[in-house]
Order: sequence, then C-alpha cells, then structure tokens
Amino acid sequence: MNALEARGVRVTLGGATILDGVDLTVAAGEWVAVIGPNGAGKSTMLRAVGGLLPAAGAISIFGTSTGRLSRRQRARLVATVAQSPVVPAGMAVLDYVLLGRTPYVPPLGRESTADLAAAREVLTRLDLHRFARRELATLSGGERQRVFLARALAQGAPLLLLDEPTTALDIGHQQEVLDLVDGLRRDRGLTVLATMHDLSIAGEYADRMVLLAGGRVAASGTPREVLTEELLATHYGARVRVIEGDHGPLVVPVRSTASGA
Amino acid sequence: MSKALRAARERQAGWIVAGVVSVVVAAIAGLAFGPVSLPPGSVAAEVLNLIPGVHMHSGLDEREIAIVTQIRLPRVVLALLVGAMLALAGGCYQGVFRNPLADPHLLGVAAGAGLAVTAVIAFRIGSGTSGGDVTSGLPLTTPVAAFAGAVGAVALTYLLGVAGGRDRSPATLILAGVAVSAFLAAGQTYVMQRNVDAIREVYSWLLGRLATAGWHDVLVILPYALVTGAVLLLFRRELDVLSVGDDEAASLGLHPQRSRYILLAAASLGTAAAVSVSGLIGFVGIIVPHTVRLLAGASYRMILPLSVLFGAAFLAFTDLVARTVASPAEIPIGVVTAFFGAPFFVLVLRTTKRVSL
Repeated sequence: MNALEARGVRVTLGGATILDGVDLTVAAGEWVAVIGPNGAGKSTMLRAVGGLLPAAGAISIFGTSTGRLSRRQRARLVATVAQSPVVPAGMAVLDYVLLGRTPYVPPLGRESTADLAAAREVLTRLDLHRFARRELATLSGGERQRVFLARALAQGAPLLLLDEPTTALDIGHQQEVLDLVDGLRRDRGLTVLATMHDLSIAGEYADRMVLLAGGRVAASGTPREVLTEELLATHYGARVRVIEGDHGPLVVPVRSTASGA
Repeated sequence: MSKALRAARERQAGWIVAGVVSVVVAAIAGLAFGPVSLPPGSVAAEVLNLIPGVHMHSGLDEREIAIVTQIRLPRVVLALLVGAMLALAGGCYQGVFRNPLADPHLLGVAAGAGLAVTAVIAFRIGSGTSGGDVTSGLPLTTPVAAFAGAVGAVALTYLLGVAGGRDRSPATLILAGVAVSAFLAAGQTYVMQRNVDAIREVYSWLLGRLATAGWHDVLVILPYALVTGAVLLLFRRELDVLSVGDDEAASLGLHPQRSRYILLAAASLGTAAAVSVSGLIGFVGIIVPHTVRLLAGASYRMILPLSVLFGAAFLAFTDLVARTVASPAEIPIGVVTAFFGAPFFVLVLRTTKRVSL
C-alpha cells in the first residue's frame, strides 16, 4: 500500500495558484525528497499533505482519503516538522515532546503513563534524555532540530513530513540529523517525505526525488534521473556540474566561464 | 530522569499547596481586620461554624459574629471570586495571544463597560431621577450595563477581527480590540464631558470597588465564575499546544482557531462578569499570571490553576489594604492594585526577553 497518494493537488492562496495539479506517490517505507527552486510550491505541497491548508484534488494516506479522516485520526498518521517551528518560551524539552502525544490524549484529558513512556523512549532514542528538563530555548540549533523531530516521532505517525529539516544547521549537524532520520526510518518502518534545499544531500538520502517548478511536477524519479545538468539548468537557472558519487549524483555549482576575470 | 520528573511533580504539588494556603491566609486576614480587629483564630472558628454540623467556640460576641459573617464574609468572597476570574482570564489571554503583556481588558471589555456605565450614570443624573448619593451604592442598572457593554464590545471586536480580512491571526484580533477600545473610549469621554456632574461617580466605578451589601453580587457572578473556570481549566492543555504555533497545533489534531475562540469567549465572559460587580480593577490579570509563570514554569496547566488561587488571594489581600490603610476612608482597590502593579509591570518589561504578537 502506498503511504501517500496525491492526485491533481491544486492550491490557490490569495488568488495566486501555488500548486497546479500535482501528482505524488510515496510508497510505504520510502524516502522521497521534494526539490525545486524558491517559490516552486515545495512547502505548500507538504502543508497540503499535512492538512494545514485547503487543497483541491485527491489525497489519500495509507489508503484512506484525507477527507474521511478526523483531525485526530490524521494526526496519528502524519507528523510534520515545520521549517522553523515556534520555540515556546520557558517550555522544557520533555513537556514539548509530550505535546506530540496530543492525538492520543482524550479531549480535555491529560497524558497517561503510556504517553509519558512513549515520550521518554523517543528522547532516549534521539539521545536527548539529558536535556529532558532543560528549556527548549536554551538548546543549540542542532539539538533543537532533534527535539522538533522527537516531538513528531512521539506522535507515533508512520508518515513523517519534514520541511527543510536541515536549513539552519551546519554541514556536520545536517548529516547527523539526516542519518538519524534514515535510521529511524529503518527501525520503525517510517515513510519520509521531505522538502530539501541542498541537492547533493537530498540525492544522498532520498530513494526518489520530485522536482517541482511553477506549481507542477517537472521531473520525478531516482536522484540520478532528476539531478541532471539539463533539468537543473532549465528549472533552477543554475550552472552546475553533476558528478557521480558513492550513493548518488553530487551537484557542484560552477562559476560562469563568460564572466571569468 | 524519573527522579527529576518526580521532583518536578512534587514542586508543582507544592505550589498548589502554597496557593491554597495563601487563599486561606488572605481570607482569614480579610475577615479579621478592619475598623474592628478580631483574633484570626476566632474568626477561623466562626467560618468553620458556617458548615452545617460544626459547632466551635470562638469567643466572639453576637455583634462580632455578625461583622465577620454578614459584613466581611460576602466582601471577602467577592474579592476572591473577582481576583480569581481576572487572573485566570489574564493567563488565558496571554496564552491565546502568545503575548506576555495581554490583559483581560484587551479586547474592549474595559472600554465597553466604561462607556455603558458612564452613559447610565450620566443619563440618570441628567434626568434628575438620581436615587441617593455616591456612597450609598450604585443603582442596580450599573452592573447590568457594565456586563452588556463589556460583552457587546468583545462581540464587536470579534466581528471586526474576523471580518477584517482573510488574516485571522490573533494579531488582527488585538488590533480590532485596540480600534474598538479607542472608539468606545472616545464615546465615553464625550458623554463625561457633557455631564460633568457624573464624573465623580464614574471615576469611583472606573477605579474599581468591592463595596457590597450582602451576598447579591456574589450570587450574580457565581454562575459566570463557574462556567469560565470550568471551560478554561478543562482547556488548559490546549493552551500549551497552541503555544507551539498554529501549524503545529493543527498537525497535532487540534482546531487552533476554534480552541482560541472558545478560550477567549469563556475568558471574556468571566471578565465581563467581574467588571460588572467590581469596576475596572487593573493589573491583577497581568501581575498574577506573570508571577506564577516566573515561579512555577511556563506550562498553562500550572499557570491557570495557580492564577485562580493566587489571583483570589491577591485581591482579597489588596482589598484588605484598600479598606484599612486610610481607615475610615477607603482607597479605591484599583489604585492599590495599580500601586503594586505598576512597578511590577516595569520589572516584567525589563526582564521579558521578547514581546511577540
């Protein structure tokens, strides 16, 4: 069964068409990266899948149309880590991660010991247990990103949506976070749909890539099929050289020869 | 970690106990002290005697018992209720707007009630049907007008904020509240300026008052206090979820917009009820939740219940100060809360890292 199946997704915001009939299929257990130039609609696509904005078209998650899912049901199937989540002042890491259990806490109720156990298990898995009582706001960027991830994992949802999960991180922490996501995907059989900025890194981790441009799918397939000099030149307006790496193609920007000094 | 967690839970329980103790202490002090000071132990015994089946010897004579149970008790209970509701509503507003300086009058409650009360007082004086002087108590219509004005102003703010465009962010609602407040305040100034006779009486209401005759006011606001208290305390976990952002709250299965409106409606109703019997008592809604946040942590699951307790205790205590410090005259309670509140407000401004809308 596919984790996600989207057909003809259209999103209009303030009169502008952001997504114009996007088809996207993600098989269970797969890591699919959504790439594309700024304004291509990557984040909007993720928000549409996550149910955060109204979208026309058909989206089904693990075989169920999202229209037939309540908000709580959807929250048990899909967890989202936004690009730069709000860091609430004064909130401790454990309390933040516990909020991930919201879809399981009865309305107007409180967390059970099972919820607490789930949050602790995630903290341990992500090597965050030392920070449990620390204030989230006092952590470094890489640590915070792990906490955001922990909150999403505590949700226990099999489909994980990550919007630019490594934007604010240095190269070492980028790898650390993505290795972690990859490990979790294998351990827990998660499916990952992530928008990614860095094309080489996206190619290293993703099974498949979808290139969005102007609200439409411009190309999709394996990293080797999508990360080509022609496609990147056409849709990003970028001069790049694509080099064969160990796990996939590496994209290297090159300076224009015409303007050489 | 489990040890740290247990310690955190114990600390929370400790704060609840401290809150209950401060309510009891403030209430007993409020009952014991005044023009006639009575021994607190005897007063406590008399309060327990109100419970059916309890008969304790307090050593107070009949007149003193009457002072405690018939004169001071209704006033202390009213102070407890009003303080609890203002602090609870303030904590709720701060959570909903993610703004540490939000106060329960933010959406027009104060301006709406102010205009309505000013109009009622001015109209009564202007039409020559005034009954009694300022000190003998305001007519029955004042609380009704205050309540209607407060609720009407919040409803207007809500309509403007929602109709104001597609942007339904809390900031839009705050701006609508500012607009409505300014508009109504202009109306109030106009009415006051046209009826200078009414100014003194209007001011005595604006500055807040807990002068009561018997249990009437308590019974009037009790149903609102119960509804507001129940809704806000039941929804306090949702406030924590809202604090991580609307998108996150939605992806966690919440309906952020709906939760926000439910919380604001309940908080505004409670504030309107409090304003209707006590006028505009400022700063309680800011000082109390803030102090609680600084002391007991940022989770609304702690902030709201502790605000109820410490808000109640704080207002009972301020009322005691208001009616004893310049005895036999009374200082308006709003002056006392502001006297403590203003310096605290500066402290908060200086220590809060970020004020975000």
